[in-house]
Amino acid sequence: MSSLLALVATTGNTGETIVFWVCAIVAVVGALGMLLSHKAVHSALFIASTMISLAVLYVALSAPFLGMVQVVVYTGAVMMLFLFVLMIVGVDSSDSLVETIKGQRVAAIVFALAFAGLLLAGIGSATYEVVGLDQANSVDGGNVQGIAHLIFGRYVLAFEATSALLITAALGAMVLAHRERHTPRATQRMLAEERVRSGSPQNLPGPGVYARHNAVGTPAMLPDGTPTDRSVPLPLRGVSAVVGIDSEDTTRVNALAAGGSVIPTADEGTES
Amino acid sequence: MNTLLATAQGDLSVFGQDPFWLVVIKALALFVGLVLLTLFTTWFERRVVARMQQRSGPNRAGPLGLLQPLADGIKLALKEGVTPIHVDKVVYLLAPMIAAAAAMLVFAVIPLGPVVSMFGVRTPLQLTDFPVSVLYVLAIASIGIYGIVLAGWSSGSTYSLLGGLRSSAQMISYEIAMGLSFVAVFLWAGSMSTSQIVAAQGSSWWYAILLLPSFVIYLISMVGETNRAPFDLPEAEGELVAGFHTEYSGLRWAMFFLAEYVNMINVSAVATTLFLGGWRMPAPISTWWPGANEGWWPLLWFLAKIMVMLFVFVWLRGTLPRLRYDQFMRFGWRVLIPVSIVWIVVIATLKGLQNEYQVDLRTTLLWIALLLVVVAGFTFVLDLRRGPAPVERPEEFDPFAGGYPVPPLPGQEFVVTRRATATIPAVPVLADTAAEGEEAQHD
Repeated sequence: MSSLLALVATTGNTGETIVFWVCAIVAVVGALGMLLSHKAVHSALFIASTMISLAVLYVALSAPFLGMVQVVVYTGAVMMLFLFVLMIVGVDSSDSLVETIKGQRVAAIVFALAFAGLLLAGIGSATYEVVGLDQANSVDGGNVQGIAHLIFGRYVLAFEATSALLITAALGAMVLAHRERHTPRATQRMLAEERVRSGSPQNLPGPGVYARHNAVGTPAMLPDGTPTDRSVPLPLRGVSAVVGIDSEDTTRVNALAAGGSVIPTADEGTES
Repeated sequence: MNTLLATAQGDLSVFGQDPFWLVVIKALALFVGLVLLTLFTTWFERRVVARMQQRSGPNRAGPLGLLQPLADGIKLALKEGVTPIHVDKVVYLLAPMIAAAAAMLVFAVIPLGPVVSMFGVRTPLQLTDFPVSVLYVLAIASIGIYGIVLAGWSSGSTYSLLGGLRSSAQMISYEIAMGLSFVAVFLWAGSMSTSQIVAAQGSSWWYAILLLPSFVIYLISMVGETNRAPFDLPEAEGELVAGFHTEYSGLRWAMFFLAEYVNMINVSAVATTLFLGGWRMPAPISTWWPGANEGWWPLLWFLAKIMVMLFVFVWLRGTLPRLRYDQFMRFGWRVLIPVSIVWIVVIATLKGLQNEYQVDLRTTLLWIALLLVVVAGFTFVLDLRRGPAPVERPEEFDPFAGGYPVPPLPGQEFVVTRRATATIPAVPVLADTAAEGEEAQHD
């Protein structure tokens, strides 16, 4: 606590100190949580919180452009794409701890050490001659203008090379995911025209139309009294008893069509 | 921190000077205002949609049914929040909070008016502003997507998952178009701070007119971004029950509801700020009445502009049917984004000519118009020399062209034909074996 107070005393800005301590704790807890959580989505959430707290720190260190771009690009786009893939994994699955790549741990340790060395060298060279961000920002009249001046001036080649690399990667992904279509895709109109040409553009007859039973397996009868298999679902086709042409029904349908009586006769009533 | 944010950029120095209690008051006022505006918007939407469908809408609770949202809110708050067994508890509870909190944050950088006197302190009617505040809006919007995606995932239900997947894909795609539509505004205003963009529109036309393509792209993408009809595919009732919030009830569902309506207000406010001149009254009225852009009046203009945008939302909902998902995504990626990029190139060229060679915008446009006139004249002469193109028309009339019975075109003669001689192939309709091929399509 005394060190915290000392820090407040030296920097002289209480708000900034509070922001630093809150964000630093959230960032470190997020990083640890990313490593230690069992569910991939939880890991993604932890790292997203780390990214957001880093962004807040950037803003507090008067680099607002970097902070906002960090959230838009990394939290909003990159992590969201990760999450998009992870979501398909499902809510109740944990990651397996079986190592699939040989020598993964050794390689990870070597690369981590190399990265730490690189980082230390970078920070060391940066602290060798400190100017301060306020002074750096004031050269071009603002943080955004300063970054723009550097990116499109001094580092334009590196910037363009990076963008070319990214475009190449995107292109490579598209080539790998591409599947050639040999026939043109049927449009809605083409499908409709095909249906009209097929001779029966109407819906299939429902079960029980003109039939004496309304079970799904009972074939429907067409207006002329012939049964049609097309109303029967595929698994039931051929299994259910196909009702043949009932001459009695045919006469009845014909009588109805001719404007006859709908009331069944006495012997028909007893039959069913 | 605010003092740090307000860097050496002239205009922005008015921000970050407020005493602490004033910042708290402003933040609280924004929160309360947004909640009240949400309540009002739900009533407004139901009344307007009702009028469009020739019924009266809620008209029992309070005058004109104005208290209906209050009754609904109380009902929602008192309902049981059901938690299904298969959910991921922490994420399930976190998701609505993320959605609602992110929605509330955007208004921090929206300018509601000029510098006014508040409890004896001169302060701008805006919580804060910094050089990249429009990027802040985009950043907060992208965090808001997390709420929906996580809700879809943690519910452990297929409908929710599909809704979450749809909405994440949709919002990411349309956020790109939205961000690209901002670029033209940045280039023209020369700033990414909301208050400076409003100030830049004070001395020129509204960017809605000046940068019309950007405005149209923004209008479309803002509807996609808020998951509203006709782009409400993540919660399509017909196919996904309610999408990402199927498994939510009670107050948690109310938070998603709140987030949706606050987001509507947010994108309306951003549209107002970036394209419709913000809180400023346009020229004919402000020259006749200079006081219109001073004091507290601008807050009224700002609210009026927001209400107009909200009406557009309701109007769209009352008019348009929902899009099919693949058509919607294709529209975003293959139409909105390329058009945006081409438009940005045009604007950047115009702005570059203006900045580097000191060419007046009017001069540039005149040269372009001249070039167009020359090209048009050249092609006209070419067309005259080529003569009229021969009109090709099939001489023979086919009464069943394309399988449909069609009337004869002008110049064609109707010949009485028998059905048997028509081009339609004789398909045995009643024979079951012949129709075997198209079974799958019908099933």
